[in-house]
Order: sequence, then structure tokens, then C-alpha cells
Amino acid sequence: MKSQKTIWWRYGMRVVVCVLILIFCAKASCAQTKNPYTGDAKIAKIGEYQFRANCAFCHGLGARGGGRGPDLTRTPKKHGDSDAEIFGTINNGVAGTAMPPNGATQQGVGMTEEEIWQVVTYIRSVEKKSDASKMGNASHGKELFYGSASCGTCHMVNGKGGRLGPDLTGAASARSTEYLTESLRQPSKRLAQGISEAMKEFSQEYETANVTAADGTKYQGVVLNEDAFTVQILDTRESVHSWEKSSLKAFEKTRQSLMPAYDEKVLPEKDLQDLLAFLAANVAGGGK
Amino acid sequence: MKIRAAIFGVFALYLCASANAQVTPERLLNASKEPQNWLMYSGDYAGHRYSTLDQISVKNAAALVPKWAYQTMAGGKFETTPLVVDGILYGTGQDDRAFALDAKTGRPIWQYQRALPGDIRPCCGRVNRGLAILGDKLFMGTLDAHVIALDTKTGNVVWDATAVDYTKGYSFTLAPLVIKDLVLVGVSGGEYGIRGFIDAYDVATGERKWRFYTIPAPGEPGSETWEGESWKIGGSPAWITGTFDPETNTTFWTTGNPSPSNRGIGRAGDNLYSNSLLALEPETGKLKWYFQFTQHDEHDYDATQVPVMVDDGEKKLIAQANRNGFFYVVDRTNGKLILATNYAKVSWSKEKDANGRPVPAKEGSPTPEGNRVCPGAAGATNWMSPTYDPQTKLFYVTAREQCDVFSTAPQPYDAGHAYYGSAYFPNEDAEPFYGALRALDLKTGKAVWEWKHVSPTWSGVLSTAGGLVFTGDAEGNFIALDAKSGKALWHFQCGASVYSSPMTYAVDGKQFVVVAAGSTLYGFGMQ
Repeated sequence: MKSQKTIWWRYGMRVVVCVLILIFCAKASCAQTKNPYTGDAKIAKIGEYQFRANCAFCHGLGARGGGRGPDLTRTPKKHGDSDAEIFGTINNGVAGTAMPPNGATQQGVGMTEEEIWQVVTYIRSVEKKSDASKMGNASHGKELFYGSASCGTCHMVNGKGGRLGPDLTGAASARSTEYLTESLRQPSKRLAQGISEAMKEFSQEYETANVTAADGTKYQGVVLNEDAFTVQILDTRESVHSWEKSSLKAFEKTRQSLMPAYDEKVLPEKDLQDLLAFLAANVAGGGK
Repeated sequence: MKIRAAIFGVFALYLCASANAQVTPERLLNASKEPQNWLMYSGDYAGHRYSTLDQISVKNAAALVPKWAYQTMAGGKFETTPLVVDGILYGTGQDDRAFALDAKTGRPIWQYQRALPGDIRPCCGRVNRGLAILGDKLFMGTLDAHVIALDTKTGNVVWDATAVDYTKGYSFTLAPLVIKDLVLVGVSGGEYGIRGFIDAYDVATGERKWRFYTIPAPGEPGSETWEGESWKIGGSPAWITGTFDPETNTTFWTTGNPSPSNRGIGRAGDNLYSNSLLALEPETGKLKWYFQFTQHDEHDYDATQVPVMVDDGEKKLIAQANRNGFFYVVDRTNGKLILATNYAKVSWSKEKDANGRPVPAKEGSPTPEGNRVCPGAAGATNWMSPTYDPQTKLFYVTAREQCDVFSTAPQPYDAGHAYYGSAYFPNEDAEPFYGALRALDLKTGKAVWEWKHVSPTWSGVLSTAGGLVFTGDAEGNFIALDAKSGKALWHFQCGASVYSSPMTYAVDGKQFVVVAAGSTLYGFGMQ
């Protein structure tokens, strides 16, 4: 019998059995911890095809990261740097992030164990050693963040700072250095992503909203979420508003970020490196 | 008195008969004449997704309320368009569930869950779009590439036919189409290097009566459009339900991309019958004619949109808003192109051939480093159903304005493994992508109005004689719009993006409108 008619309690039993089987299988596959292809250049090339089809949408061509996923050429990896851990990250996803379990993206297809190892091999082949001499001064970066650069007015790191902009705890591992630099120098070029809903294809972005309410009060803020009929906004005083769009006197959205552009005059290259070093020191929720 | 009693008796008999009557081929032919029911995926053989029900109308739509909700308790995209037959609703859910509900209350009567093998290979979610019905059987295509018949009364499996080896990347996701005593299905798997086909099975036994391969074998007409052995793994699936013209006894099916989807190197030629409209004889599967929308496609422009039959005076036509961004009108008696005009932004084609058909531009080919092309990988539209409203004579389609960067790379074929030869990326356009419901004039293909969505949606469209069109959005709203003006008259926040095409029916004289969103099927009606 390939199929079954279900009565709910019976179905429930089957689910329990299935879950037990799944747990057993998951444990069994975890037992595979060794990359059978370590250092194999040919396999790395095959892994690149898999990477293009399954990973590059977020992690970019060449694994250099994009607006959606981290730069994977960097080490160490935030969610574990051994081959087995990277395998696990690919296979199981990372709970609480946009990284889905293998095969659950709805767009791509699940990879076999063999294919995942090919991808791991590929990622290893493109990794770069981080250049410590280029690294800025994290403690000076912290001073800038909460001091003269005023980042902390709108951004939070490890629970300290403002709420208008994205929380930057862990941003240095979730985004490439190029992306973070661009976000500082040209914040309106690519807006940061806000809330992602489970079934929705696109995340809400940090668009700027100018609103005139029914009573004539004007508000400015970021769009927390929006649909065809309503809008939810965090204003510059960090108050949350939800309005029926039809009730507003004026509602204007722009892709001009509320964040000022930090050009070289405002933020010299060295200070920028110091800020990036501060962010990099706060990737694992440590604040060490 | 006697006469009156006799009339009453006949009427009572008729009522009893119709309450228990099984769906016959004749009822399917006249599906639009019993609008209280929804007898097939698109509502009728013409693919109109239009209902003559008008109890819910522009006048009272603002007072619509949810009347019932049914939850599948499953994750992933819920793409079903249910059927309704004489007060019973039949739907499918994620992971090849099926269910029968009391259409008045949404209360389940039976539920079926297929025991799927662990290694199935659906490309884009464990989805199913619905059932077909005839007699006491419902028909379903499964993710492990079987066609099965379920008992309408119990949900028990009556027969189970293996179509093909699913481990090679084949699956079924579409709602089958019943024509006479045959159930027709088309296969999914354009991401795996399959060889596509359309099958017909005996409704009584599940015996396969014919198979039409959407890629000709060497020696057959059209085989010269494939390089070397590429025809064996050339894709061309047929994953959306076809339509049927009883007058000319022709069933119309559309096909998807050639494989690998984003790499033309290795499969030089037009790659027939990928991305085509096929006119088949239903009894035999014999090809009468074809029209290819996109030759030698390298952008995954499946033509798997319902081919809608429309009549313009004496002219018998097929209208299709294609994933490649063009709106096509074709003579359905001979496949001759009448109109091709873009209804969304297009950059893959810059010119048309002598017959007016848009042809691919060389510079649109994906490159190793990537090449920006419109429409993007999800297309200007996709599988979500359009609707044709004979009252307004407008063709309503869900459109998407998004360009993507298409890159290409060599990829060895490995049976049952993903075979794209590519990757694609969102481009760096300053403006975000958006979607719109567009009301197209059949004669010109130009939009008379559009309803702009905050972000692109995967919802189809329903039109009704109440002067309404219904659609859903990615933000979770289910919306009723004035079919003439595009003005929103009502909406309900379903709580999850809509990935389905709505339908309507009536029970005890009360009209309902149904849409699937998240894991919930909603029935809306008047207060």
C-alpha cells in the first residue's frame, strides 16, 4: 500500500513514529563528519555548480556574499568552522536566520549528502586568510559608534543603542565587508532588510516614510511593515504606529535612507576600518 | 391536482437526482451552466476561471466575511483550487494531501495523505494544485509521479498508476483534466533534465491510453531542433492543466522550459516542443499543430500558463499572457499567431519574425558573469491562473515587474539531480520589484487598468458575473476589485501570502468565494 486513509488519532501515531524515525536518521547522518573530498580540486569545481544552483542566490557568485547572505570566503565561519559543522549548517539551516534547511527553500532542490560535501569542498577552495594588518582598532571603533559618529543613536550592538535602524550585532558576519562599507558610504544605494514573513518572497526594507495623520500631525520614520491597505511605522522618536493608508492625509515613501551618508570627510578610511573592527568584534553576541 | 402532483413529483425526482447525480462527461462539457459547482481546475473547459454567480457583487462585496476556514496543518505553499460538486468541496494540500469538506461549513468529511517516499524531487515545494472528477472518482497526480483515483465518498484509493520513475526528477503537481473517459496529466521536472510528456489514463482502470512526448525522438518531426543527444534530457515539462474545445475536439496544453534551463550551449536549435502551445486530439494524443512561444529558451520562460479559449465574433482564439512577458493571441483552429505584444517589461527579445513572433536577442543570453534580462527568473507571470470575463471582455493576469541577472556555467547531467546550468540573482535596480493585477484588452493586449501590489504575488485571479475580480497578494490580503475599474471594494488579511488561484460556488443558494493561504483554506460569503 502506497497510501493510507487517516483517522486523526491514527495519523497522530504515524506522525510520532515518523518523527522518531527522522530523529534516528538525523543522528545517523550526523555520524558522517569527515569530508570525503578534502582538497580535491575537481570536486571543488563540481561543488561550484551546486553552489551556483543552490547557494549563490544569497551568498553571491564566488561565495563572496551579497545583500542577503554572508561572505563565505571569510574564516572562521560563525556557525562552526569544521567541515562537519559547515555540512550541518548547509543540511540543517540556521534557526532564527534566513538560512533554510537543505531542500526547504521552495525554489531550489535538496542536495544529496554527496553534493553537500562537494559544496563544502568548494567553499574551502575559495576561502581567504583574513589579513590582520588591515584590521582596524575595535575599541576606537566603539568610541566612534557611541560617540562622534553617532551610530548608536539609531543602531544597537549587544543591546546598547537605538532602534530606528537595523541591530548591528552580528552584522559583520552576516554581511560582506564590501556591503557594510557601502552601507556606510551610500546608505540609500541598497536599503537594509527588515522583517521577513514566513511565506513571503521579499523582506520588508528600511524605507523612509513621511506621514501626515488625519489630525494633521506629521511623522517621519522607517516602514516596519506594509501591505496594500495598512502601514506600520517606527517614527524617529521610536514610537510604533499602525495606520489604514486610506485614513492618512499624506503618505509618502522614499528609498532615501534616514541614515546620513558617511563620506570620507565625515568618516575617514581609518575610522571606517575601526568601526568595522568594532562590528567584527561583536559577531557572536559576545561583546567581548 | 393530478397534473400539479405529477409536476411536483418530477421536480422532486429531479432534485433527488441532481443532489446525488454523479459528474458525467456531459456535465463537464456544460460546467459553466451549473455555477453552483466548480467541476474542474479552471472552472470550465475554456479555462476562463469565470463564474456566472452574481449574488456577491460590486454592490455588496464590502460586506463579505469569512464563513469557514479549514487548516491542512502543513507547511509550504498551498496551491490548490478546490472542486465543488453538489455541496461537497474536494481539495488538495501540501505533501499530497487531499480532503473532502462540507462546502457549507468547511467541516472535513474525509482526509487522505499519500505516503510519499523520502527521496522525491519536487523542484519548487511539495505542492499540488488540485483534483479532477468524473463519476465517483477524483483524480490526482502525485509528487512521486503516480496518477491515482480516489473514491469521492471515502477518499480511498481506487487505482494507482505509476507514470514514470520519480527518482529521475519526475513529479506531478498539476490538477488533472478529464475529457470523456480519459484523465490527462502533464509532468513536472524541468529542473532535472527529464524528457517531458502528457499522459492519458482510462478513468475506470488507470490504464495508460497514450503518452505524448513533448520532445520528439530522432526521426520524428521536430527532432532536428535538438543538438546531439540533448533531446533525451531536454526538459519540456507540462505542469499546468490544459483546456478543451469540444467543437474541434482539441485539447490545448502548454509546455515548460528546455533543460538545462539557463544554458543553451549543448542544445542548439529551437528545442521543440519546449515553451509551446500544443493542440492534441484527446482520444489519441496525436499532435494537430503547435505554436512555440520562446525558441531556444535560456531564461526558464515556461509557457505553463493556462491557454484560455476566447471567441471574438467568428474568430476562435487562444489567449495567453506568457511568462516571457508577451501577451499572445493565437487562432485555435490552426495555431496561427494573431497578436504578440508585451504586457510587462521585456528585454530578452528585441524583434519579431515574419509571422510577428518575438524572437530571442543574442545579447540576452546568460553569460558566465551574469547578464541583466527582463522578465526575471520568475517571469512576467507564472503558473497562477488568469481569468477572462466575458462581460467586460477583459483578460486579467497577475504580472511581475522584475529583472534578474542570469549567469551560466557548464553542468554535467546526473540523473535525478538538479540540472540548471546556471544561477540567477536579483539585479541591483534601485527600485524594488513589484507586482500588479493587469486588465488586458483582448484586441490590443494593453492594460485598461492595473492594481499595483506592494510586492509580486503568486495568486491567480477569479472573475464573476457580480462584476468582481478576486485576487490575493504576497502580504496576505485576499481582495475583491471592481472588474471595470480595478478599484478595491473589500479585503481580508489571511495571515500568509497567497499561492493559489481562487474559485467560487454556491450551496443552498448562498455564494462562497474560496482561496488558499498559508496552511488555511478560507471560505468567504455574505454576513
